[in-house]
Amino acid sequence: MEGFETLLSALLTLGLVAVAVALSLYQRLDLEKDIGVAVVRSFVQLAAIGYAINYIFALESLPAVVLLLAGMVGFAAWTSARRARGMPRALPVAAGAIGVAAVATLGALLLLQVVPPTAQYLIPLGGMVIGNSMNTASLTLARVRDDVAEQRLKVEAALALGATSRQAVSPILKTALRSAMIPLIDSTKTTGIIFLPGAMVGMIIAGADPLEAARLQIVVMYMLLGSVSIAAILVGLLSYRSLFTPRHQLRPDPREG
Amino acid sequence: MGLEVRILGLRYAAGGAEILKGVNAVVPEGGITCVVGPSGAGKSTLLRAVNRLIEPTAGEVYLDGSPTSEMDPLVLRRRVGMVFQLPALFGTSVEDAVLYGARLAEKDVDAGRLLEMAGLDPLFGKRDPQTLSVGQQQRVSIARALALEPEVLLMDEPTSALDEAARRRIEDLIRELNACLELTIVLVSHALDQVERVADRVVLLAAGRSEGEWSKEEFFSGEGGERARQFISGRL
Repeated sequence: MEGFETLLSALLTLGLVAVAVALSLYQRLDLEKDIGVAVVRSFVQLAAIGYAINYIFALESLPAVVLLLAGMVGFAAWTSARRARGMPRALPVAAGAIGVAAVATLGALLLLQVVPPTAQYLIPLGGMVIGNSMNTASLTLARVRDDVAEQRLKVEAALALGATSRQAVSPILKTALRSAMIPLIDSTKTTGIIFLPGAMVGMIIAGADPLEAARLQIVVMYMLLGSVSIAAILVGLLSYRSLFTPRHQLRPDPREG
Repeated sequence: MGLEVRILGLRYAAGGAEILKGVNAVVPEGGITCVVGPSGAGKSTLLRAVNRLIEPTAGEVYLDGSPTSEMDPLVLRRRVGMVFQLPALFGTSVEDAVLYGARLAEKDVDAGRLLEMAGLDPLFGKRDPQTLSVGQQQRVSIARALALEPEVLLMDEPTSALDEAARRRIEDLIRELNACLELTIVLVSHALDQVERVADRVVLLAAGRSEGEWSKEEFFSGEGGERARQFISGRL
């Protein structure tokens, strides 16, 4: 268990977490419990994934990599769907969107031979793609759900004027997609000026050539832009359907009794 | 075009409460039929069932003798226009708002003429709808419904958000549109004075059931039977 000591030394940074807890207590933000859960979960999850990746690296088996990525997609979809409570069929929508985004972007990287088909590349890159797609899927689902609930009258007014469900909901989809994608577009614009992205930081600390780190970071950024757009658009196109009947009728708000 | 309503049941969700339990009503062509009843009677739901914004669980609505359940809902909604309690306008100009449905139907219409029909100056076309008063916005929403040249116009308490003066002007407009365009109008209203000024016929709804239909004169004369008298005296 030599690796475990490495992990334990990370616990020394818990002192920084104490600052957050102290702030929460001082300002009565009521976040201590959440911070505690986050600290414990992140430690357990990262340690577990560290061991799992170690194990998969040792296996040198591509099917094992695919299986791990599929598990990540499933967990991400479940998390997204939980955020979108009240949205019918949120789980299959999120799973489809995140899955397609991951397959499309990782597939493109492999086909173009930007990265080799090894666990060392596919697992961390896949994790980033799936994580970012998950955030986008959650934001888009929640936004579509809230905006349709808030603007029921407008949606019905459009339907009453002979609009299809798609036409009636299109202004809402547009704002939902925009607000889900803008954070990543903005961070892509400012990357390297305001902050150095995590992957690049990690590589430089680990002793890699900064130019090589920059090359990989560019790949990561473009990959994320692509996957997040795919996830957002798919969630948008798939999610609104479950709010309408095939006869272009807005279903009643599922959150109302 | 006349309407015939034979709705046996309507619930929003399977297992949910039944909003309409049995509604029989005839809306004669070219008239103004007012739907009245205590709040929660299902008046707005009834209107939405007519243009199939909601699907009745059992029963049928006939437009000019044909069952609406067999029509393409988009085509039906162009033939049966609707004005809501609040204007809900789209677009950055009044003209865009008026032309919304007509553009979807690829119908070439003159926004200025429609605004005039709704009693607004055609110059309003260039303005931002949000700068208009609610009464003016409601006129824009009427112009928007007229743009599709509907055969029937459903109006769901269109004056409930307006002050008395604006209310009276919309009532005049409703009578005018009915007379000039021979437009069949179904008006849901909770105000008896409005019904008395506007209606030709009255349909009474209570707890999801139709309690009868009368000519306006019959309804208000007290000869409409016990239920009508109860409603007029506020005891229903």
